[in-house]
Amino acid sequence: MSTAIPYTSEPRPDTGVHNVKLGIWLFLASEVMLFGSLFAGYILLRVGNPAWGAGQGELSVPLATLNTVVLITSSVTMVLAWAAAMELDKTKFRLFMGSTVGLGAVFLVIKYFEYSAKFHHGIFPDHSTFMAVYFTFTGLHAAHVVAGMVYNAYLWLPNAKMMDSDPRMFANRVEAAGLFWHFVDLVWIFLFPVLYLL
Amino acid sequence: MTTNELGEKQEVKPYILVFVALMALTLITVAVSYLELPTVGAVALALVIASVKGSLVACYFMHLLSEKKLILLTMAFTILGFLAVLLGPAITEANTVTLD
Repeated sequence: MSTAIPYTSEPRPDTGVHNVKLGIWLFLASEVMLFGSLFAGYILLRVGNPAWGAGQGELSVPLATLNTVVLITSSVTMVLAWAAAMELDKTKFRLFMGSTVGLGAVFLVIKYFEYSAKFHHGIFPDHSTFMAVYFTFTGLHAAHVVAGMVYNAYLWLPNAKMMDSDPRMFANRVEAAGLFWHFVDLVWIFLFPVLYLL
Repeated sequence: MTTNELGEKQEVKPYILVFVALMALTLITVAVSYLELPTVGAVALALVIASVKGSLVACYFMHLLSEKKLILLTMAFTILGFLAVLLGPAITEANTVTLD
């Protein structure tokens, strides 16, 4: 037995937006709470700890700056991919979405080098309160990068043919994926100064 | 302003301008961190710059500037919740904090 689940890709008259957009924004609201509670923990641990920052000198500011540049660039290619999806330009969409996925991979490779340099020096989360906070924040953030890459890669290659069959629904998907990806970028924009510079 | 195939207006140029601004602010953040400002000033300045960058991302890349009321309302409630989560625990500890 096959039952089609009813759906609409058009903005609903009562909410004014399409369902995917409302859904992803509600999800992002929960994400703000997740990272918000971690930031609250950061503040408490930091102001209550005279020995704060043990191990911070081991962090590489140049690598983190490079990663900031990489992630911001991937946000731009993401938004250009969305523009291409709305123009029904599949070649351009593939180029920009591929760049977004690729830049996400570059971010993770740089992160890998950062992590392995710490491990090589015997610095693990139990090294200090600061390093515990560092690994918790960056680990959770990296998990978000991986999740975003998986879905972006799905849109990039197997799902792009939907641009011919249902361009409206496809553009909605790219928009929602973009909102998530920009949120991950936004979190990093705050993590970078908080962990590396202050 | 061009109209695309799905009939929605999409202008690419602002995205590029925002990108340039984000890059410049990133460099400023790093440069300022080498100035060895006192802790309170350094934290305040870094958070102000990060907030400006975050707002640019939210307003333009996440197109909150042209978003419907329901989404803005959702975000307003989210910000209230965020501030409660962020400041609530800190306020309970405020009497034990000394800033250097």
